[in-house]
Amino acid sequence: MAQDIVIVNTGCANISSVRFALQRLGATVTVSDQPARIQAADKVFLPGVGSANAAMASISAKGLNTCIQALTQPTLGICLGMQLMVSESMEGPGGHTTCLNLMPGVVERMQVGDLRLPHMGWNTVVPKEHETLFRGIDAGTYFYFVHSFCVTPYQHTLATCDYGMPFSAALRNDNFFGVQFHPERSGDAGAQLLENFMRL
Amino acid sequence: MLARRIIPCLDVRDGVVVKGVKFRNHEIVGDIVPLAERYAQEGADELVFYDITASSDQRTVDKSWVSRIAEVIDIPFCVAGGIKTVEDAGKILEMGADKISVNSPALLNPRLITELHDTFGQQCVVVGIDSFFDEKTGAYQVHQFTGDEARTQVTSWQTADWVQEVQQRGAGEIVLNCMNQDGVRSGYDIVQLQNIRKLCQVPLIASGGAGEMQHFADVFTQADVDGALAASVFHKAVIAIPELKHWLLGQGISIRQ
Repeated sequence: MAQDIVIVNTGCANISSVRFALQRLGATVTVSDQPARIQAADKVFLPGVGSANAAMASISAKGLNTCIQALTQPTLGICLGMQLMVSESMEGPGGHTTCLNLMPGVVERMQVGDLRLPHMGWNTVVPKEHETLFRGIDAGTYFYFVHSFCVTPYQHTLATCDYGMPFSAALRNDNFFGVQFHPERSGDAGAQLLENFMRL
Repeated sequence: MLARRIIPCLDVRDGVVVKGVKFRNHEIVGDIVPLAERYAQEGADELVFYDITASSDQRTVDKSWVSRIAEVIDIPFCVAGGIKTVEDAGKILEMGADKISVNSPALLNPRLITELHDTFGQQCVVVGIDSFFDEKTGAYQVHQFTGDEARTQVTSWQTADWVQEVQQRGAGEIVLNCMNQDGVRSGYDIVQLQNIRKLCQVPLIASGGAGEMQHFADVFTQADVDGALAASVFHKAVIAIPELKHWLLGQGISIRQ
């Protein structure tokens, strides 16, 4: 099944590693910041590294807010890309950045006591049962995380992880999916998740 | 539970992987991509590539191998060596590296750490520190230009002070290379790592001294480091990664399998 896969060029991201991971699965991938091109895709990826305010500034400068908000095809936000999908982030100057509001939710700085931040490395993820995005992935499978902010578990949480506190490892609202970890850097488990997403 | 990381380090020189003893006498170990692929398949949690010539001989080094690695590797990797500017770092991250590590250039220009943090985010910014214990003075001192013995020099920084400075400037992770132990496989410098751990609120990676599986258990349980980096024991097949991880799990250490 030849799918049209577009990675949104957020201008600040780990785009190559996401593109390579999809190519390893046999997909043909386009990186674009053109609204018409993004809208025409079968599947859309929203990658991101860095800070929420810088990423939102880049998305706004490219005029992509309404384009992304209007997408109806399956769309996967990765790491910061997931955080941009909720309504607001406490990261940024003054502790506030308005995000894309593809689902309600707030991104907050992790409160982990004596543990180190960023939360960096491989940690175990527990998906909800019968969740398509995690088909074939057992509870307790390791994924690779790098972040200091998170969304606490709530009604849109698909999977959880724990690092000093429970937090959302994955989110969903209708066609919008987000993962806090990096599937493109999570070995076989990450490849399985990307393949599941491509099959939606 | 967050797993402790096992991190093979590949020293790269002119596009091939090399390894010396105490930073000298480099011998060729093999091609970069097949070695990287092998370690990923064997269960390495992350890879570090140090371009060891880059900082010391003032040239811009061909980094096209970074994207060749990114194409085939599905675990995170970090590139170190010769990253002197935000532009240098940006190119390497664009090629698909997950993190960049700065060492000598950060000592020459500490503002570089802040600039990297502000541009790419804290999670991308690793600071490598080459720390040498001077028996005469009893002090741990930071060295620079360690890729080239003729240019290696001691800096005015005591290791503990530099560790605090780089965190204030935005480092997201610290790799502490204990030079006295490098390549001699007699164990990590537990005492030094314990002391630095108390000062380090970001992930801390131990480097230098791994010789047997017990050394990994010791550094995780006694110095509470987030990851253990090693080179020669993996390159020379003294320790196999699957066996090491299985054994560490048996020791009750949180390890990804």
